[in-house]
Amino acid sequence: LSHGDGGALTRKLIEEIFYKKFYNDILIKDQDAALLPACDRPIAMTTDSFIVKPIFFPGGDIGKLAVCGTVNDLAVSGAEAKFITTAFIIEEGFKMEDLAQIVDSMWQTARECGLTIVSGDTKVVEKGSIDGIFINTTGIGVLPAGVNLGFQQIKPGDKIIISGNIGEHGVAVMASREGFSINLSSDCAPLNRITQSILKNSQGVKFMRDPTRGGVASTLKEIAISSHNVDFCINEENLPISQEVNTVCQLLGYDPLYLANEGKILAFVAPEECEKIISLMKELPYGENTCCIGEVQEGKGDVLLKTIIGGTRKLNLLSGISLPRIC
Amino acid sequence: MGTVDRRMELKVEGVVQGVGFRPFIYRLAKTYHLNGTVRNDGAGVIIDIEGKKENTNHFLNNILTEAPALANISNIQHKELKPLGYSDFVIVKSRGQTEGKVMVPPDIATCSECKADLVNPTDHHYRYPFTNCTNCGPRFTIVQELPYDRNKTSMQTFIMCEACEKEYNDQLDRRFHAQPVACPNCGPMVQIIDRKGKKRKGDWLNLCQKLLLEGKILAIKSLGGFHLACDAKNKRAIRRLRRLKNRPHKPLAIMCRDVDIVREYCHVSEYQLDLLKSPAAPIVVLERRHDCDLPRELSPGQNSLGVMLPYTPLHILIMESGPSVLVMTSGNNSNMPICITNQDAFRQLGQIADYFVVHDRPIENRCDDSVVTTISERPFFYRRSRGYVPNSIPVPVDQNTNISIVGVGGDLKNTFCLLKGGLAYLSPHIGDLNTIEGEGAYLESLARFKSLIHIEPEVVVVDLHPSYQSSALVENSKALHKVAVQHHHAHMASCMAENAINEPVIGAILDGTGYGLDGNLWGFEILQGDYVNCARKVHLDYVPLHGGDSSVRNPWKVAVSYLLKYGGKDGEELVTKLFQGKEQPVEIIKKLIKTNQNITLASSCGRLFDAVSAILGICQTASYEGQAAIELGELVPWLASDTEVESFARSTSPYPFLIKNGVIDPELMIKGFIKDIKRGAQNKIGKKFHDTVVAMVVDSVQLVGEETNLRKVVLSGGCWQNRYLLMLTKKMLRDRGFEVYYHKLVPTNDGGLSLGQVMVGYWRCKNVLGCSGTSNAYQ
Ligand SMILES: [Fe+3]
Ligand SMILES: [Mg+2]
Ligand SMILES: [Zn+2]
Ligand SMILES: [Zn+2]
Repeated sequence: LSHGDGGALTRKLIEEIFYKKFYNDILIKDQDAALLPACDRPIAMTTDSFIVKPIFFPGGDIGKLAVCGTVNDLAVSGAEAKFITTAFIIEEGFKMEDLAQIVDSMWQTARECGLTIVSGDTKVVEKGSIDGIFINTTGIGVLPAGVNLGFQQIKPGDKIIISGNIGEHGVAVMASREGFSINLSSDCAPLNRITQSILKNSQGVKFMRDPTRGGVASTLKEIAISSHNVDFCINEENLPISQEVNTVCQLLGYDPLYLANEGKILAFVAPEECEKIISLMKELPYGENTCCIGEVQEGKGDVLLKTIIGGTRKLNLLSGISLPRIC
Repeated sequence: MGTVDRRMELKVEGVVQGVGFRPFIYRLAKTYHLNGTVRNDGAGVIIDIEGKKENTNHFLNNILTEAPALANISNIQHKELKPLGYSDFVIVKSRGQTEGKVMVPPDIATCSECKADLVNPTDHHYRYPFTNCTNCGPRFTIVQELPYDRNKTSMQTFIMCEACEKEYNDQLDRRFHAQPVACPNCGPMVQIIDRKGKKRKGDWLNLCQKLLLEGKILAIKSLGGFHLACDAKNKRAIRRLRRLKNRPHKPLAIMCRDVDIVREYCHVSEYQLDLLKSPAAPIVVLERRHDCDLPRELSPGQNSLGVMLPYTPLHILIMESGPSVLVMTSGNNSNMPICITNQDAFRQLGQIADYFVVHDRPIENRCDDSVVTTISERPFFYRRSRGYVPNSIPVPVDQNTNISIVGVGGDLKNTFCLLKGGLAYLSPHIGDLNTIEGEGAYLESLARFKSLIHIEPEVVVVDLHPSYQSSALVENSKALHKVAVQHHHAHMASCMAENAINEPVIGAILDGTGYGLDGNLWGFEILQGDYVNCARKVHLDYVPLHGGDSSVRNPWKVAVSYLLKYGGKDGEELVTKLFQGKEQPVEIIKKLIKTNQNITLASSCGRLFDAVSAILGICQTASYEGQAAIELGELVPWLASDTEVESFARSTSPYPFLIKNGVIDPELMIKGFIKDIKRGAQNKIGKKFHDTVVAMVVDSVQLVGEETNLRKVVLSGGCWQNRYLLMLTKKMLRDRGFEVYYHKLVPTNDGGLSLGQVMVGYWRCKNVLGCSGTSNAYQ
């Protein structure tokens, strides 16, 4: 790829790579702005920029990540994802085949989610000014009638559910970046079908978040801080962690609770609906390993981990580098 | 009655309550025909006395010379008054609130007279597991408030029977005003309960002994917390206890029936016997005899045993005809505070203990067993707790400037320390703060100490480490000032303080890992400074450590760092050879070091020991703190006497190393190991390595000494627990004309850290701040 100037080269890039894949009625009108159908429900909108090293990793690539990330942000807010826009910033010299592959996986993921790609932008920048490729996506969704999620609704007694094994994205990306082989893929996946299913079939969902950067622990802590007078009590015993993640974590001293996930939902649900919601989630792809990991108690904004050996540890936000405390 | 020509009021401060002080005064007054009163009050003991002038002088002199062994008088104020014409001498009721000038004594092991009562069928304390008197029994562990009176202890709910009341009120009785006095008719009782919560009927003592002999694990409610006990000769029981307690290697303390049993298994000097039998009755770490046939499982990889003698009537009775040696390890899950309530024990130890030996006297203050070894006929503390806490330690401060300070300690082996008026009060061992149970124990203990000492600290002193839990716990404290002290500066100050030094010194710090002023991890440095200032003059070269605490738990990772940094091609080959089966993780670590990910730089003696331990195949993964270093320390002889030290000091054989621009470069030493390993001379490396560390310290101190003209050297930090290092360094530095000081009153490990913190806090606030503002005064 060479430096873009808004001229013919870029035009060619857009037609050959992007339009070929992303073809749809709205995009192809090629106007300065996409025109979307009007809607009488609240609109949900989110934006995120994606940087990942390496760009291709076991279980996905930056393209899939960019679509999933935005879809999942819409999904956990309760909205039905409808449209997405994308913006690429590409380093001069980036391989055309790689770009084509990224675009392909974006398209496939968007199709899987039932999303329409409605607008896009591309900039090619001078070599060295960025590292490979950055992608920004913005998603638009519609909030279905009767859905009203919020951390204010979390009450003591509520159950905390996770939609599957934790820490897999973090470990898989780290492993492939450092070039060692383990039998593990990133969990990168769209979760909108799961969230729509449980919202449609149960009134018991109070709040949802996707525990991406900072992992399950940091996400829980953020929610605990915003919520009023509650603690989240997590049982270490119940945490779904694969053998591979466990081994790597033990050897290298990582805590799976702080490793990134890209295809997981943390859901706070009413206790009486917990079983039902778990079985709904288990039926769908990416939810097979769903389980309850803890519950909400009265408290003062702490996340407490009941450890296997019987102690209770406070979980805090992820903080930079881990300095040994053992003297 | 003679003439009354003098009346005076004496105010006696210090440890004077709960040690038989008032009966002593009563007897003394009677001896010299003096009349008046004596009473406890918040400020100490108040004596109002009148009689013949000559007799009052005798009386006054005798207070100091004849005071009960357990009393510790810190001050006597005296005032002359007009005689009143008292007709008798009486002990009157306590009055007033505590002002923090009096302290409850530590718990005291059962005295010989109470032991005699236990086996005397005519005594009404015969075989009673809670008997005690003014000379012995629980003190600190049962006190809620001061002054020390029965209604402010956990004995308040037990109403004395007639017989006990008579002893309690008889001024000449050994139990006169012994607050925890009790007997089978009125006092606490023992019960045995099984795992399901069912009470077992019948004689508890027979059953208890029978269960232990059968190899069962018992949770026993002792003085300052629960113990987990089993027959120390029963391998299977020990293995089972280790498995259930999730404690594969860490040594287990044992309790021996009597000193003859101790002699059977350990080398023990007269001094060590005295220490075992002392009122504090600590666990004493002793060298195991060659013919000791106790299971190796008690202290795997170690040639020592932690031994104590029964220190309560309950223990004495159980050991009378049960097993002659019991494992008596603290009743907790790893990293958790020791259980003190029955409920807590059922919950925490329910999966470990088969039966629970409990009683109904609540433990007010958690207090683990103390652990000591001996260096030159003095106790050397690994853990200072039961039997020593809450005794105060006098420290050098300006008598005219009183600042109330709390030092919060470190995160592991935690103790905190309160400073008030020239006396430092260290808390009992609190341990690991990484759980909320640990946090809870800390906060409870701190609140209790503040109220006992009557102090609301104006200054809070924390470690410089950005993620210590101990600092987070006091984030919202009401104190006016917060001072952050570098970890090893605090270690140095701790050693200075207990040795009453208040002048610039050289500090030789060998420690695990402490957060340094440059953001790297320190732990092997020669410091120069005093309480206020501190500069690092020489330090061990940095190596990269990967993955925070996991590098500390996995000595093999540190070995990889050392071999790669200093070993060249041979080092790389050795890594491949040594860590077979770890090829992939070794590759990962190598890469992460190269790309500098999740790496901290460490200059630490503890990590150097870890690396060497892993290279020698002694310990690659540690299941308890310090395991690799401790097991490596077993390769050198146990230097018990000064003559042995003398001969070893003459024949040290260090590897070569360089000191350049204030950095100790261990490259030549690491290359030396590799050569020795290639030659198959592994067995020599252990001693040569120890000798090298000694030489590194001695040479560095020499350099700093020449530069600064300082002659006083303090040794502090956890690695000085290594007897060989301490004894040899001490000897060689003295030979070079240095005055050497090490710890004798508080642990050299992080258990003594808080003492140093309060001292730095005090002098910084006094000198630097004039007591205003916040200080991070390292420039
Ligand atoms: Fe330390
Ligand atoms: Mg977002
Ligand atoms: Zn006694
Ligand atoms: Zn009685």
